[in-house]
Amino acid sequence: MGKVILYNIIRFVILIVLQAALFKNMGYYNLATPFPYILFIFLLPVGLPNLLLFLICFLTGLTLDAFYDSIGVHAAACVVLGLFRISFMRVTIEVDMQNSFITPSLSEMGIKWFLTYISIGTLVHQITVSFVEIFSFTNILYTLAGTIMSSIFTILLILLLSLLIYRKKSRVSNF
Amino acid sequence: MFWFILFFTVSIILVLGNNSYQRAYFVNSSNTVIGSFYKEVNAWKGYLSLNETNEKLAQENVLLRQQIQNLLQADTSADTVHIVDSIEQGRYSFIVAGVANNSIHLKNNYLTLDKGAQDGIEKGMGVITSNGVVGFVVQTSKHFSTVQSLLHPDTKISVTLDSSEVFGSLVWGRNIDPRFGMVRDIPNHVQVKKGEKVYTSGYSLFPAGIQVGEIEETGITSGESFLDLKIRLSTNFSNLHHVYIVKDLMVNEKQALEELTENNG
Repeated sequence: MGKVILYNIIRFVILIVLQAALFKNMGYYNLATPFPYILFIFLLPVGLPNLLLFLICFLTGLTLDAFYDSIGVHAAACVVLGLFRISFMRVTIEVDMQNSFITPSLSEMGIKWFLTYISIGTLVHQITVSFVEIFSFTNILYTLAGTIMSSIFTILLILLLSLLIYRKKSRVSNF
Repeated sequence: MFWFILFFTVSIILVLGNNSYQRAYFVNSSNTVIGSFYKEVNAWKGYLSLNETNEKLAQENVLLRQQIQNLLQADTSADTVHIVDSIEQGRYSFIVAGVANNSIHLKNNYLTLDKGAQDGIEKGMGVITSNGVVGFVVQTSKHFSTVQSLLHPDTKISVTLDSSEVFGSLVWGRNIDPRFGMVRDIPNHVQVKKGEKVYTSGYSLFPAGIQVGEIEETGITSGESFLDLKIRLSTNFSNLHHVYIVKDLMVNEKQALEELTENNG
């Protein structure tokens, strides 16, 4: 349990530093901007109580907002991502697993589940960022194009990061 | 679900409560932790472009030397007329600052500078480089300040054209490209040539006569009697290292006078 908390704190620091120092400088004009820091929220332990999950999401978003000078935008998007996470896990994960504190990583859950999870999650997060940021539905095609391109960019980077920390592990050994 | 609604509402309130003039929140890039972080990162990044920075400084030296020469010559010949009023001399002073953080890929772009209130920087001061305008200061802390870049939908700078004395406002517009900007509100009857230079007018925070760019495309009509021009900005936003903060010593006097007329009208 203590190990899980430590790992998550380290992951938080590394991802926020990478986001602020590296990924902020990447992008195709302002059409595609990657936000792979949300990998931290994706990889939070499964059995986290809802209040705690929303609180962590909110604070993560707020931390990033400080670096991006966009107060509230990422906080809102991360809270929506938290909601997505809860509903997605309620549908796809068995009840006994829902109460365990395992990390829903690529090695733990398998490529099919993980890919679906991060793809839909990234899209949800990105759509929220776009619409909260501009607060209007004018020029919707441009916004949608940007959202989809940013999402693909983010998903690719998240997969890359996940493969970097991939460890082949039997699922049975956990129980 | 209840917690979701609570946190989401708080976030949205934060977004709506945030506008560039009254950003009272602690959470922004001029707070000490984040400012120092960006400064550290930039210290490393600075090594990558030392050559380019040196070259730029050398070029600026040449330019300044030429100006000194011109002034010296102007002093000795009696028939030249000084265009700048003597009262304007010493009206502006400049503070050099390093760019700790810069973004060009977002919809609302900001910069963080490594000097703050301690060095005499205040909210609302203009920021320029050796060859163009950058933006203006929106927030300061003791050691850092946040600058709203020209690449921001709310930034508006009063500019004038080289050939005719008309005024327009320089905005980023609906661009996605950090190399271009738009000049709005130029009257329709004005003849505009491609490649013509655009300068600041001196009506906003900047001294008059700073080059901001060259006209790239004309003939974009926005309404009935105004012309929109696409211009190529002379500031290279993707490679900013040192900027000058313009300190207008008469800003208080000017503002007080302008407020007076606003109250009467």
